[in-house]
Amino acid sequence: MFNAVTLITFLQRAIVQGIPILYGSTGEILTEKSGNLNLGIPGIMYVGGISGVIGAFLYEESLPSRDMINPFLAVFIPMICTVIGSMLMGLLYCFLTTTLRANQNVTGLAMTTFGVGFGNFFGASLVKLTGSDIPSVSLTATSKFFKASLPFADNLGWFGKIFLSYGFMTYLAIIIAVIAAIFLKKTRGGLHLRAVGENPATADAVGISVEKSKYMATCIGSIIAGMGGLYYVMDYACGVWSNEGFGDRGWLAIALVIFALWKPDIGILGSILFGGLYIVYLFIPGLALSTQELFKMLPYIVTIIVLIVTSMRKKREHQPPQSLGLSYFREER
Amino acid sequence: MSNSPAIELKGITKRFGTVIANKNVNLVVNKGEILAVLGENGSGKTTLMNMISGIYYPDEGQIFVDGKEVLIRSPKDAFKYKIGMIHQHFKLVDVFNATENIVLGIKDKKKYNLKEAEKEVAEITHKYGFEIDPKKKIYEMSVSEKQTVEIIKVLYRGAEILILDEPTAVLTPQETEKLFNVLRRMREDNKSIIIITHKLHEVLEISDRVTVLRKGEYIDTVNTKQTNESELTEMMVGKKVSLNIERTEPKNPEDRLRVNGLSCKSSDGRQVLDNVSFTARSGEILGIAGIAGSGQRELLEAIAGLQNISSGEILYNDPKKNETVNLRDKTPVQIRDLGVRLSFVPEDRLGMGLVGSMDITDNMMLRSYKKGHSFFVDRKKPKNLAEDIIKSLEVSTPGTSTPVRRLSGGNVQKVLVGREIALNPKLLMAAYPVRGLDINSSYLIYNLLNKQKENGVAVIFVGEDLDVLIELCDRIMVINSGRVTGIVDGRTAVKEEIGLLMTKNHETEDDANGKE
Repeated sequence: MFNAVTLITFLQRAIVQGIPILYGSTGEILTEKSGNLNLGIPGIMYVGGISGVIGAFLYEESLPSRDMINPFLAVFIPMICTVIGSMLMGLLYCFLTTTLRANQNVTGLAMTTFGVGFGNFFGASLVKLTGSDIPSVSLTATSKFFKASLPFADNLGWFGKIFLSYGFMTYLAIIIAVIAAIFLKKTRGGLHLRAVGENPATADAVGISVEKSKYMATCIGSIIAGMGGLYYVMDYACGVWSNEGFGDRGWLAIALVIFALWKPDIGILGSILFGGLYIVYLFIPGLALSTQELFKMLPYIVTIIVLIVTSMRKKREHQPPQSLGLSYFREER
Repeated sequence: MSNSPAIELKGITKRFGTVIANKNVNLVVNKGEILAVLGENGSGKTTLMNMISGIYYPDEGQIFVDGKEVLIRSPKDAFKYKIGMIHQHFKLVDVFNATENIVLGIKDKKKYNLKEAEKEVAEITHKYGFEIDPKKKIYEMSVSEKQTVEIIKVLYRGAEILILDEPTAVLTPQETEKLFNVLRRMREDNKSIIIITHKLHEVLEISDRVTVLRKGEYIDTVNTKQTNESELTEMMVGKKVSLNIERTEPKNPEDRLRVNGLSCKSSDGRQVLDNVSFTARSGEILGIAGIAGSGQRELLEAIAGLQNISSGEILYNDPKKNETVNLRDKTPVQIRDLGVRLSFVPEDRLGMGLVGSMDITDNMMLRSYKKGHSFFVDRKKPKNLAEDIIKSLEVSTPGTSTPVRRLSGGNVQKVLVGREIALNPKLLMAAYPVRGLDINSSYLIYNLLNKQKENGVAVIFVGEDLDVLIELCDRIMVINSGRVTGIVDGRTAVKEEIGLLMTKNHETEDDANGKE
């Protein structure tokens, strides 16, 4: 059933599937390390995606002809739009939960609802502007630059296919995850951030600004997660935005955070595994439609198993940050 | 001792809403000196110290460090003036190791290097005579080790003024002695130390001078050498408190509880109770002495049905039906209905038995909500009970509808103990009921226990202070690493004897026997 060629294809598809999840989980890990349980991640990824689409759309529309597109601007404009869009979402979340001390779960879920609605609204508006019959916006000219892989990758056989056949955002995701892992494990900033998420009163008492750490981690985390949305549209979906197309990848990203035990480096491998599990049904011939849906549950089942195993082993290092989901009040006695 | 002041407070006032926590407080600490700040619970000691360490900001008054007026608006400012505070509730990150906790929050230009930091920690450890493994995780540490980490943490930051908030409240006598030795070495090193406490003998033992606060107000500062326990007590409470605990002869004692060969294992497989046997009688207070963590908690929980028991039996003589039942076969609720009550005050003083965000009335209801037959709960009786407790135990609270979390530690304890006693128990187990309480409140609790005893209740009292155990209890059982090492008569017991039973090391004794 699985010969070498399909195996290579499977791996490659798994990585492509895994990258948006990886962006989301790296962003969420950074956020959660500050003690903010941001369940708005799926919504933020949506907003990140649509922001990039809006930017790219306006840029493409402003050109007299698609051939005149500037490669640098074609990449830069959507990325900046994504950064701004998702950062604003992160700021809003932080303002509500850190400054106003709203409940984190409620705020997060509201942000997800809002983000998906926001994405769908502007997605539909853009579709209307193009006047097209199909309910999607196609930005193939921009997507071309996002998808560009190294020119010699095709000549390197399986190696090229597995390792070099992706657009730059794939590598960016892995680099960001590695940097995040090093930051958390090896740097003073990482130590401080972890302290804020574990025990904000302690961090506060030793002079670390809890609010600032939470804002920084959440906003940067949101930007990274938003990149996942951009990657999804521009690379995975070849520049085609269709409403609800992003699916449940945002929730998968949050599941991956748990699976990866709050470690971005494990997240890299986890994302490939999740990506693989997400599409494995396509590679098993003769599955009924209902069985396919069962297969799509696999990543969540794996997450539950990981939760069970880590809870049973009770190793403190594998538990979520201690004050995750809690607001911090300094003057409380 | 040089006589230049390291830190000086003048006319400090702090209000929380309408409550005045500190009123016009003055305080001076010299270099190379240990100052004790003495006061009852809620006298504003901790609030005052929090203002020095930048947690709170004073509403009025001035702070001088090395003769210069300073503004301490945040913990960061406090570090800048070389002030370090060791809080009563440790501020440590559990999943970090000792060194990570110690370097946390330091932003110097040096490269972040944990190995280097470990070496520096070892140096400080050596210099002052601490014992600590810099790589050990906090969650694996004992309370005393955690405290050591806290102290090293402020020393590592170059603190010259150290504030310790009730450092001995959680330590065994041996650990306290070790701590005091370390503090003396720091004094020799010309550091200024402020120690908050309400244990008089410790004040007399360790401090050079004593500043006394009462209800947030500054009373006086005296030289330790020129004062004594009764004078300090008077300054502290404002009225003379009798130091004698009343003890009546037990009336017709009958066996109420017999524990035979009780053994328990903790979840990690450690033997926490090993073949424990004893009898508790009605009309009698049985004291339990032992170093913290010797199995006291497990023993009481086993009786209350909250522990897994590996062997042994717990026989309870039910005075209502005059029959003997084995509590091992009962659920915690059944045991409670038999009249067995447990009030446990854990080390952190909160938690266990009360819900912090609920008010006093609601906390009373936690024990009675099952009684009614109506669909709706009866709030009237619990409210009356809450009012009774507030009045009889002098709980300082704005009213019955104040969340328990808002009360100070001592008042929380009064509510907890008061509730358990109010339910007419037949067997009352009180663990550390006076933990962290001031003298007045402690005596209130002792009297309550005595009253229970007179009513024919079998009282089991787990205490920390040996003097109290000897004065209060009819019999004292000593446990040591989960074993009973002796049961002595409270009227004839000598402190040294109990101390020996508490600390004698059986392991080595067994080893020695094995080798022969």
